[in-house]
Amino acid sequence: MGRFQRLAEHDRPTISLEIDGMTVTALAGDTLQVAILTNAASVRTSEFDDGQRAGFCLMAACQDCWVWTVSGERLRSCSTEAMDGMRIITRGSAWHIEQS
Amino acid sequence: MAHRTILIVGAGPAGTRAAARLVAAGMRPVVVDEAAGNGGQIYRRQPAGFRRTPADLYGFEAAKAQAVHGAFAALEERIDYRPQTLVWHLWENEAHLLTGERTERLAYDALILATGATDRIMPVPGWTMPGVYSLGGAQIALKAQACAIGSNVVFMGSGPLLTLVAYQYAKAGAKVVAVLDTAPVSAGIRALPGLAARPALLAKGLYYTAALWRMGVKMWRGVTPVAIEGDESVEAVRFSDARGVAHRVVCDAVGIGHGLRSETQLADLARCDFAFDAIARQWLPVTDQDGRASVRGVYLAGDGARILGADAAEIAGQLAACAALRDMGVAVTEGELADLRQALAPMRRFRAGLETAFPWPARLAAALPDEAMVCRCECITAGELRAVARQKGAPEVNRAKAFSRLGMGRCQGRMCGPAGAEVLADALGVPVAEVGRLRGQGPVKPLPMTAQSAP
Amino acid sequence: MSAAVVSDAIVVGGGIMGAATAFFLRKRGLRVTLLERGLVGQQASGVNFGNVRRQGRFLPQVPLANRSRAVWGRLNELLGEDAEFITPGHIRVAFRPEDVARLEQHVADVRTYGLELEMISGNALRARFPFLAGNILAGSFSPLDGHANPRLAAPAFGRAARREGALVVENAEVLAVEKPGVDFVVETRGAGTYRAPLVMISTGAWANTLASRFGEKVPLVAKGPQMGVTEPMAYRIDPVIGVASEVAEEGIYLRQVKRGNIVYGGGWRGPALADAQRAYVDPMNTLRQFPMLRRVVPGIGALRIIRTWSGIEGYLPDDIPVIGPSGKVAGLFYAFGFCGHGFQLGPGVGETMAELMATGETVTPLAPFAISRFDKG
Repeated sequence: MGRFQRLAEHDRPTISLEIDGMTVTALAGDTLQVAILTNAASVRTSEFDDGQRAGFCLMAACQDCWVWTVSGERLRSCSTEAMDGMRIITRGSAWHIEQS
Repeated sequence: MAHRTILIVGAGPAGTRAAARLVAAGMRPVVVDEAAGNGGQIYRRQPAGFRRTPADLYGFEAAKAQAVHGAFAALEERIDYRPQTLVWHLWENEAHLLTGERTERLAYDALILATGATDRIMPVPGWTMPGVYSLGGAQIALKAQACAIGSNVVFMGSGPLLTLVAYQYAKAGAKVVAVLDTAPVSAGIRALPGLAARPALLAKGLYYTAALWRMGVKMWRGVTPVAIEGDESVEAVRFSDARGVAHRVVCDAVGIGHGLRSETQLADLARCDFAFDAIARQWLPVTDQDGRASVRGVYLAGDGARILGADAAEIAGQLAACAALRDMGVAVTEGELADLRQALAPMRRFRAGLETAFPWPARLAAALPDEAMVCRCECITAGELRAVARQKGAPEVNRAKAFSRLGMGRCQGRMCGPAGAEVLADALGVPVAEVGRLRGQGPVKPLPMTAQSAP
Repeated sequence: MSAAVVSDAIVVGGGIMGAATAFFLRKRGLRVTLLERGLVGQQASGVNFGNVRRQGRFLPQVPLANRSRAVWGRLNELLGEDAEFITPGHIRVAFRPEDVARLEQHVADVRTYGLELEMISGNALRARFPFLAGNILAGSFSPLDGHANPRLAAPAFGRAARREGALVVENAEVLAVEKPGVDFVVETRGAGTYRAPLVMISTGAWANTLASRFGEKVPLVAKGPQMGVTEPMAYRIDPVIGVASEVAEEGIYLRQVKRGNIVYGGGWRGPALADAQRAYVDPMNTLRQFPMLRRVVPGIGALRIIRTWSGIEGYLPDDIPVIGPSGKVAGLFYAFGFCGHGFQLGPGVGETMAELMATGETVTPLAPFAISRFDKG
């Protein structure tokens, strides 16, 4: 279930992303945060109070919308354009610290 | 004349006009901006492929937005424009730029900081819950992404953005459940002499309110926020009205904010002097009337210097450019300077009026329950902050930060700074000016540990 | 003019050395005054890495480090506060055979001082610490060492000293220390005059101002450690990790706090403006640290740093602090110039100096740290 509600600009090409293993649809030109929050209720979990977070400022100031890609990259979702084929993790982390 | 590098940080109204003035003088400034497009937050562009008109996006400000965009477009061949680039540090007349994961140094002869502002936040219990956004954030969702932050939205706080964003949401078809203004009606009346300095703006504010009224949006003035309720997602807002009557409004999203705060980290890293500004209740870089900072070669313009709004930012950008040109020995007429300074004067009066009409509610910081979160990065509550103030002996904010971790997180105190200072000052029983300001520490925003310096 | 406040001992400078000394002097029953220019633990004591490390030290310093480690172990009960001291161990790693040889020699050397280290190499090292890089040849592990929160430790000593009855005066900049007769007279800027037969000067990078009045100026310079911290991550790296190398740039160190942030420092030092009381992190030093940190813990490269900071540390040319009695004035003592490795020693210096000042002697050998070593004309 999505949090953000689209009010206009509906007729853009669709893209598809994987969020926490689920394939979802978004629109070209969406920020990653919008792509996530039109499909889900939050973008991350706070490290300190276990609370869910869904970003706050949308202008790259509050730093409360960072997510991971499956391959272990960090992305600030409000200032990253959603791209077709992105594979995003919003739960836990993709911090692979052990040597392979 | 030898080649001079002038670096402008920020491509909003102030940065755009500063760049234009420098180009007019034959310079080729470097313009760095974090965003993909120019315009700043106020005139933020929508992504390619979006089709709404400027009138849809910017309302009454469409002509100004188009003028600023047009001015920037006309410059692009004549400036060194670096979008999606963060100035993450300043060191000995060099800016450290981050583009993607690549960092490079840029030596400058003059630096014009036009870094804009972010929302000034007064926490309310529950404000970190999904569904709560800053007013500016709620506006960006709509302006840049054509989205509303929820299906049933409450806007709460005060300041010009409160009614503006509510109006924009309602007009765009979002369901605005209520507008809850913490400013009392009496404050608006007291502020009239100052606000009358800019009658057109005053009229716009009244227009938005009237339009919301016509659209049937419930509006309260003089409210005291109590809590945003919900279980992992916003379900309702509780507040008491001016007469003390308790209310609960069901909603799934809330936009909060109390005006704006200047983004001053770079001025701090440039080692500029700061002074407490009683109107903003914020420590701001000290400048002369044209924007010269205390550090030679550093200039400030726009909301990053002090919150005067977009129109003033356009003028201040030109003034800062003129100051930089003069200091480099390029002739600027007294007449030009006088005209620009004169154009700024009513905006300063209006600003004082705004702060009277929409006062920063310091009293709410004092009244925050101990369990309310103040620092959303580190999850530090008002009670923890009060405890370090009273039990560990923290007479100023940096000491309170050292003991409590308030402001130590990813956002470096952008969100919690103003309210944290008020909570601390209240706990200590001193004026907020006395608790000082959080010292700036690089990097300005999180820096990837893969970042490599260009050779 | 108001009368001087009289006590048995005055400690000038409320860093961890001064605050701990004041605390232990009270424990011995002396009337103590602690005078601090700003706030207790605000300078180098409050902004350092937080290492509670004994290995890798100048060998004659190990007894003092051992004594200090024992105090660290009792810290919570002594102070009634938690300074986040934990003992997951400390490991020094080496990438070069010659550095491994130095580690092995050090392991043998410190054993005679009562510090037991464990050499671990190759696959055994990675089996135990899987986050370490594959090309690390070996490491020496000190199982009983660890780290603490420097922002909390010195202020906790200051509060505990006050609870024990010490007079702790903050915002009391000392302008002059004179010895007109039996007692020292200490003048502050607007915060009173103090008198006592014993004085300790523990004013860090600023110690020369007072030491030079007694003809004991030393070649002390101020430098700033280049610190930083990552965003918080799952707690995976338990020991403190340092790199054993003769190459300054390679000498980084890191630790992960239980909350998840990884604190790091090392490499080049930065500028410290002692007079202005400001120190800075050169952003180029930050960038130089990144590959060195990734070299040790490759997984750290996925993270972002969120903050950097520095502080004002006093360095002496032989990289050894001044600890002990004045060579010229009876009743005068020093503890300063800890060359960036004082935090672990702080509680032990406090206990040792209190013993020395109260009884005239100490069981912990301090001769190598005498200020008179610079008195060569």
